[in-house]
Amino acid sequence: MNDSIVSRSHLSRRHFLVLAAGVTGGLVVGFRPEAASAAHVGAAPWDGALNGASEVNPWIAIGTDNSVIMRLGQSEMGQGVMTGLPMILAEELQCDWSSIRVEMASGNRNLRENNVYKRLSTGGSGAVRRSREFLQQAGANARERLIAAAAKQWGVAASECEAKSGFVIHAASNRKAPFGALAADAALITLTSEPKIKSPDHYTLIGTSPRRLDTPLKINGSAIYGIDVKVPDMLYAAVKVCPVFGGTLKSFEASKALARRGVVKVMPIPNGIAVVADRFWRAKEALALITLDWDYGEAATVSSAEFRKAYRDALDGKAVNAKKEGDPDAAYANAATHVEALYEAPHLAHAAMEPLNCTAHVTSDRAEIWMGTQNPDAAIQLAAKTLGLPPQSIIVHTTFLGGGFGRRAVNDELAQAVVIAKELDKPVKVLWTREEDMQQDRYRPQAAIRFQAALDKEGKPTVFKAKTAVGSISRSLGWNKVENGVEPSAVEGLANLPYLIPHQSVDCILKNTHVPVMFWRSVGSSQNAFAVESFIDELALAAKADPMAFRRQLLADKPDFLHVLDVLSEKADWSKPMPERSGRGISIHESFGTIVGEVIEASVSKSGEIRVERVVAAVDCGHVVHPDQVKAQIESGIVYGLSAALYGEITVKNGRIEQSNFDSYPVVRQADCPTIEVHLALSGGDKWGGIGEPGTPPVAPALANAVFAATGKRIRSLPMQPALLNSGV
Amino acid sequence: MITISINGANHALDIEPETPLLWVIRDELGLTGTKYGCGIAQCGACTVHIDGVATRSCSVSVGDLGKAKITTIEGLDRKIAGPIETAWIEHDVPQCGYCQSGQIMATAALLASKPAPSDADIASEITNICRCGTYPRVKAAIHRASDILKG
Repeated sequence: MNDSIVSRSHLSRRHFLVLAAGVTGGLVVGFRPEAASAAHVGAAPWDGALNGASEVNPWIAIGTDNSVIMRLGQSEMGQGVMTGLPMILAEELQCDWSSIRVEMASGNRNLRENNVYKRLSTGGSGAVRRSREFLQQAGANARERLIAAAAKQWGVAASECEAKSGFVIHAASNRKAPFGALAADAALITLTSEPKIKSPDHYTLIGTSPRRLDTPLKINGSAIYGIDVKVPDMLYAAVKVCPVFGGTLKSFEASKALARRGVVKVMPIPNGIAVVADRFWRAKEALALITLDWDYGEAATVSSAEFRKAYRDALDGKAVNAKKEGDPDAAYANAATHVEALYEAPHLAHAAMEPLNCTAHVTSDRAEIWMGTQNPDAAIQLAAKTLGLPPQSIIVHTTFLGGGFGRRAVNDELAQAVVIAKELDKPVKVLWTREEDMQQDRYRPQAAIRFQAALDKEGKPTVFKAKTAVGSISRSLGWNKVENGVEPSAVEGLANLPYLIPHQSVDCILKNTHVPVMFWRSVGSSQNAFAVESFIDELALAAKADPMAFRRQLLADKPDFLHVLDVLSEKADWSKPMPERSGRGISIHESFGTIVGEVIEASVSKSGEIRVERVVAAVDCGHVVHPDQVKAQIESGIVYGLSAALYGEITVKNGRIEQSNFDSYPVVRQADCPTIEVHLALSGGDKWGGIGEPGTPPVAPALANAVFAATGKRIRSLPMQPALLNSGV
Repeated sequence: MITISINGANHALDIEPETPLLWVIRDELGLTGTKYGCGIAQCGACTVHIDGVATRSCSVSVGDLGKAKITTIEGLDRKIAGPIETAWIEHDVPQCGYCQSGQIMATAALLASKPAPSDADIASEITNICRCGTYPRVKAAIHRASDILKG
């Protein structure tokens, strides 16, 4: 029956390859995400025919038809790497942009060939800044070898030849040859030394904004995400694990489920249960009929109110110092004006649009896996460990990701899929329901952050003391990388405060609950920027200073920050008056190597409803590969941050997550979305900042500061509660 | 057996009538452009047209469809899909792209009933969730598609 689905599928004709044997590496590597034709976006997706293609280096293979196959080492989860990273390669290769075809790099090959792709893990806003140089080098390497091949054929000096638009040209003899005619020879050439890569002033492609290569696939339903993978004879699994983290399944009664049509198997999995059926819907419905007897474990009675108190109380206890400058305690004691505040941030879910899923086919000696993962290297290792197989026998095909935001970094869904598929002689697709996805997330840590600051008689800040109590991500993941009780992500945004304040300290209390925590778009900066940039406005108020001018004064030695503020001040009409119950708020924050300043205009109704009208952002990421996609990522980070600031809150009752879907975990929609304007304020130089995350941290504080400007009420806890802003309160 | 009409073709399916249309489209017919996002008609990733009306297919039972004509992203009339795709490409709307089939199906229905929608129309009619935050580009692209359709 499943065979017939495949054969009549519209998509099966589009060359989604299911490899029966372990043939990865070489020229035809695993799953190809149907890369679109670059120059003419309306054309049919690339069909994967690589007749006669020659691999020049691991990133670049060139066909006799002059198509340039580029292996993509970063996962495409919306941030545009499928376009931006090929641009970096093409900048040096000098191929024709329209000749480019993209396929995902093979994680298995990376393993077998000693990390040949260098960085397959996607995260930390690092796609460009962590792979630009080696991709440029790979492009230059291939170009020089193509030139060398042509020079040899023509009996001329390579130095007399140049590569341009997919040809090697020898102007003196008026000869030219297309890359496709040279690739086979180039593949055999070794360079005595690697060529020098271009400096930014010589870029011709980097810095332009060609249309995204994946757009045509994403507007007609043909892009294949993990959830869309079809493998012959595939079964589907629905899963449920203990709703209280740390709990276990004591027993279950599944006779009703087993009697349902299509159900193949009911099986326990770690901490839970899986139902395997011939259709996902049948598996999900059958799962609901199983009587489950859980041992909820030690956390069965805890709630978010207790967590909140515990994090607050922890601030009064012992902390580990993460930063100290000057003599903050003495300076604080002797200061003219003191300002203190406590800020709090809740757990947050990632809530990517595509619920977690993974398809696995496990046999006695190998496993083949299809999924949208941010980390195929880790996926291979996890599957190998779980199955007791050598990693070399694990094949992971990386599909498009329906959102990542950090959630798809650790492959929880894979761990389940291989356990289930191992018990079956057919491939199995495990799909989490939205409810499972939201209630079995690894969340943005809850935090409490206390500040104590002091100003001198002129209103100049002299002391800044921060203390945070927050969950440790490393400990939650079992990485045990926390040295001396400080985790860099816990204090990011606090320990790197950009402001000129002579006496500073940052103290850290890592405190975990039973709720698993992990990277959530912008990680520690997501809560710390809210706290610190709101508090800076509190200091400006105490100093009776304009928040923009106050920041400028404290950033006088940082020209990059000042430039961002210059652009922001002008573009956001900072000095223009706002109507009653409306306000403008500013924040500026550096994360992942990029400075982002945002000004938000918001109005607050008498009943306390916040309306975000306009967001203006100024961005300094040093250099840009694709300006329009940089803007798109900042827009994206702003909307993601707005959802969190306005609505985002994951709460725990009786040990379990209370929210289950988008009705109880609302997010910004079109009707709530403000006008967003993004301006580049680039400093250039050696700086290549990240872009996927830095748009998010400034949102909550800029909004809180706007709300203060509109109402005189200071929000110190997220999400923003309309009840607290009601003018009657 | 249940017979349903999808993208102009009738399919006779041996399937439980309570099966949500979404899963029939995806798992029985293999049309995976229609996405599962929430299962409770909240997010709109599963939006299809039922007799031209944008509908969340996760919350419609296949047995209740009768002779209704279903259109998925794969079967959207080129006369409207073409201009929308052009506008979406011009504005580079999609990021992860997962919600975009639904955004486009909702847009196609909106433009069919309101060829020149206002910002307010878009805000009230396009309620699909996008976690990548493509809303400003979706809005701009809807206006652009409207202009293209008007010629």
